Amino acid sequence: MAKAETLETIYGLIAPINKKGIDLKPGATFAVDLELDSLTVMDLVAEIEDEFDIVLPLNMLPDLETIEQVADAVEKIVSEG
Amino acid sequence: MDLLDKFDSIVELRASLPFEKADPFKVVIDEVISETEAIIGGRHTILAGTNNYMGMTFDEGAIDAAKDALDNFGTGTTGSRVLNGTYGGHKALEAAIADFYDMEHCMVFSTGYQANLGMISALGGKDDYVIIDADSHASIYDGCSMGNATIVRFKHNDYENLERRLRRLPEDAGKLLVVEGVYSMLGDAAPLKEILEIGKKYGCMTLVDEAHSMGFCGENGRGVAEQLGVEDLVDFYLGTFSKSVGTVGGFAVSNHPKFDVLRFVSRPYIFTASLPPSVVASATKSIEAIKRSGNRRAHLWENARRLHDGLKNAGFNMCTPEAQSPIIAVHLPDVMQGTKFWERLLLEGVYANMAAPPATPAGMFLLRISVCAQHTTEQIDEIIARFVRTAEAVGMDV
Repeated sequence: MAKAETLETIYGLIAPINKKGIDLKPGATFAVDLELDSLTVMDLVAEIEDEFDIVLPLNMLPDLETIEQVADAVEKIVSEG
Repeated sequence: MDLLDKFDSIVELRASLPFEKADPFKVVIDEVISETEAIIGGRHTILAGTNNYMGMTFDEGAIDAAKDALDNFGTGTTGSRVLNGTYGGHKALEAAIADFYDMEHCMVFSTGYQANLGMISALGGKDDYVIIDADSHASIYDGCSMGNATIVRFKHNDYENLERRLRRLPEDAGKLLVVEGVYSMLGDAAPLKEILEIGKKYGCMTLVDEAHSMGFCGENGRGVAEQLGVEDLVDFYLGTFSKSVGTVGGFAVSNHPKFDVLRFVSRPYIFTASLPPSVVASATKSIEAIKRSGNRRAHLWENARRLHDGLKNAGFNMCTPEAQSPIIAVHLPDVMQGTKFWERLLLEGVYANMAAPPATPAGMFLLRISVCAQHTTEQIDEIIARFVRTAEAVGMDV
């Protein structure tokens, strides 16, 4: 379970593209709940990478459907250094 | 369960487009008059949406060589390059391309798509990283999917974004940086000097796909890396015969001493039939001719610049600030205006490409013109005039 701090940081990055004002919560999905198209998701991934100074490989993305899954993946990559 | 149900949303989207008299996905070219003209739907049409940049499809030497090869070697090889599918012609073609690029080694694949699949999937191993531009062609993405490397994507043509990512990768890991010279949707050229220098700084091997730049960029037509004087930073060039060369097929060239081992490990090279002798013969003649075609290159650039200037002055929203390639693309406001514009333009007798997501970046709708070296100045002016008439006819503000 991702830390609140990590989730908050990701919420902050999603806020500007959350045009429909969907309630941001750990279980929210990018494609269905937030209605983000794949190109917007791609830009978001780049922002998350820069914010946490990590690389989120393209191969991982299909498994990351919810905000919490992304937060968990980010924490795992950060802890692995 | 019907496995095709999952495509229902695509069928619906397709059905919602307002085509009445023509359909961009069902265009049939009934008769080819020349490199630049055809009969489509009974109408005499200027071809402005082919990839025939250097106008080599009717090159006399290429046609004669293909006919000879048909007579002497038959219609096909019926086999893989590594079994019975390598004829003398295939080796001569590889030598001609190596000579064109002034490099040691060349492998000919059956399509450009397969060249990307075959190179990227073989070079990027399980513990390696493949770093690609976000706007890469589908064949680059598919090459990544086919291999086992970790794939890292950077923002289109943004070398600072690239460097931030390279800095985060393990210093001693194997890294392949894959970029294109010209990106085919917007027709924009890559800042290869900066990109390749950064790649080398972080220990990458580099692969540059010059599919849409071979033939006319650089003094010898090798592509954008030659044009920018950074050929020494390229480990592998990749290219195609289906654009400037005027037939079909793909290739990779390199100076790497171990390059030939790829013939034994690249599955898209091995597990498919080799190119027919006639295609191989025409590609060889065409590449030799392109090498000598300085005047044709110059005329192609004149055409591209004239078309870009003309459309820009007419008020169209251009995708690049100036002509960076023979691909001149204009933004269309949305899918409805885009489809109407494309259809009306075809009825006016100009065939161009409508490009829509997911082929385009950032959800753009584009009308994409590919200029040919054989277009006359009059044809270019006619294309501009018909664009203006079409915009008026569909009520598009320009």
